[in-house]
Amino acid sequence: MKVIEAKNLVKRFGTFTAVDHISFEVEKGEIFGFLGANGAGKTTAMRMFCGLSKPTSGEGSVAGFDIKKHPEDIKKNIGYMSQKFSLYNDLKVWENIRLFAGIYGVSENQISIKTTELLQRLNFEQERETLVKDLPLGWKQKLSFSVSILHHPKVVFLDEPTGGVDPVTRRQFWELIYEAAADGITIFVTTHYMDEAEYCNRISIMVDGKIEALDTPKNLKQEFNASNMDEVFQQLARKATRKSD
Amino acid sequence: MKQFGTFVMKEFHHIFRDRRTMLILLGMPIIQIILFGFAITTEVKNANIAICDPSKDIATERIIERIKASEHFNVTTILNNPDKITALFREGKTSMVICFSERFNENLLHSGNAQVQLIADAADPNTATTLTNYASAIIGSFQQDLMTQINIPFVISTETKFLYNPQMKGAYNFVPGVLGMILMLICAMMTSIAIVREKEMGTMEVLLVSPMKPILIILAKLVPYFILSFTNLITVLLLSVFVLGVPVAGSLFWLIMVSMLFIFVSLALGLMVSNITETQMAAMLISGMAFMMPVMLLSGMMFPIENMPVPLQWLSNIIPAKWYIIAVKNLMIKGTPVSSVIPEIVILSVMVLALLAISLKMFKNRLE
Repeated sequence: MKVIEAKNLVKRFGTFTAVDHISFEVEKGEIFGFLGANGAGKTTAMRMFCGLSKPTSGEGSVAGFDIKKHPEDIKKNIGYMSQKFSLYNDLKVWENIRLFAGIYGVSENQISIKTTELLQRLNFEQERETLVKDLPLGWKQKLSFSVSILHHPKVVFLDEPTGGVDPVTRRQFWELIYEAAADGITIFVTTHYMDEAEYCNRISIMVDGKIEALDTPKNLKQEFNASNMDEVFQQLARKATRKSD
Repeated sequence: MKQFGTFVMKEFHHIFRDRRTMLILLGMPIIQIILFGFAITTEVKNANIAICDPSKDIATERIIERIKASEHFNVTTILNNPDKITALFREGKTSMVICFSERFNENLLHSGNAQVQLIADAADPNTATTLTNYASAIIGSFQQDLMTQINIPFVISTETKFLYNPQMKGAYNFVPGVLGMILMLICAMMTSIAIVREKEMGTMEVLLVSPMKPILIILAKLVPYFILSFTNLITVLLLSVFVLGVPVAGSLFWLIMVSMLFIFVSLALGLMVSNITETQMAAMLISGMAFMMPVMLLSGMMFPIENMPVPLQWLSNIIPAKWYIIAVKNLMIKGTPVSSVIPEIVILSVMVLALLAISLKMFKNRLE
């Protein structure tokens, strides 16, 4: 089953084409890496899939809903987490969980069950009443991810989720991602860490608004005759003419 | 609706967890009312004055007694002749000298014409005017008493009466102004900061990706500030009635209604600022410079609008606080019926609708 589909998606701002005819499909339960240098158009593309901005032309669907016609239905079926945001600092751990569960329409008794479950899984039970600002960054990110999939969305969009986090915590974070994928949640992730790219099932690399490469990490390395993903990325990114911002 | 409730709760958490802001929000009205009511006032009390009395007779003695009894004056020096007056003013401690002519009582009784000169330090013209007015009033009352005793026919005496505020209390003027300022500050500044903070932190993005409707996100932000402003409104009214002794002369119901209207105007302004700014700092500066300063300077709270140059008078028309302050003065101080403030109510209503329409349109455009 295809969870994300894009056919010739274009987004223009005036004369500037931020996203230039991108096409791809993502399967259910897949971990899909969405790579590209800063300014390559990743964020713009992601905003279209999240129902935040309408494409200039082309078609796309997320979780079975058309991104032009039913952005509201898409919002109900996706989760979202970004590096910039990790929960509300001045709310307690359980209050954050409650807030987001409430926003996504999780029922009252489900909320308390899921909260306990989530805290147990992360080994966070003693932090229930802690203000989020007092947690270390890595913990926040793990908690933030768990909250973003609390309503069991069909897809979760992760925008550089592990920025600034130490390697050990990143490792633990990816274990959570694998668990979620095994649960049938499709993962759509952007990252700057090339070692993380290796963890993905498939990867697309965007250069100047276009998708220049799309395959499994193994095939990409073969194709570009590279020993690791970093080399693949460097070869493609060098072609870029657009300035990063 | 449940979503909305959860969301309003979250906003309250943000406010209550930030103790310092909380203290400012609830303490500021109290401090301002007390400052404006007692400390910052145009009334002059205990001004140091000197009296020059070369004649020392029964009439001057009586007048001096009255002056000493007044709470406005504090008589520091009594001079025997006018030579030292200039030196006295140079010292800078004396605001006014009351100087009687020689043979004051004699002249008064025989020619019916005795002179007294009021010399005031007009480096501060307002104080000078006020002091001479007080002194003239005291001398005038002495004169009147004298006339009733001696019974001279055909005397025309003028009597001044101050309506609505017979004691000329400064608080009558400041209460409406402080109300306007506080409501504007809390609604416009605090809401714009609260919304922009979510933009700055990146949480706005997450909320927009959620199924929650954008308009509900914004409304949920406004609710707590509406409640806070309302609390402040009640605090200011209670303080002004029970501490400053400024009564609510008119309808309390309409006073609160008009205040709520003004709160809506301010909330809409805050919403607009949040749309055009990206950082909390910018939001604070804009609300401070573009809203607070005009409220203080152009709304008629401190300086009479009638005295301003014509272009500034026009400018004052677009300041919501001006209309609110006029309405509060009418409803609260003068106690006129609500029909007298219909123009102000209409103007404020039009402002609310226009501002809301513009802000919501801007908000939608930004989402695209």
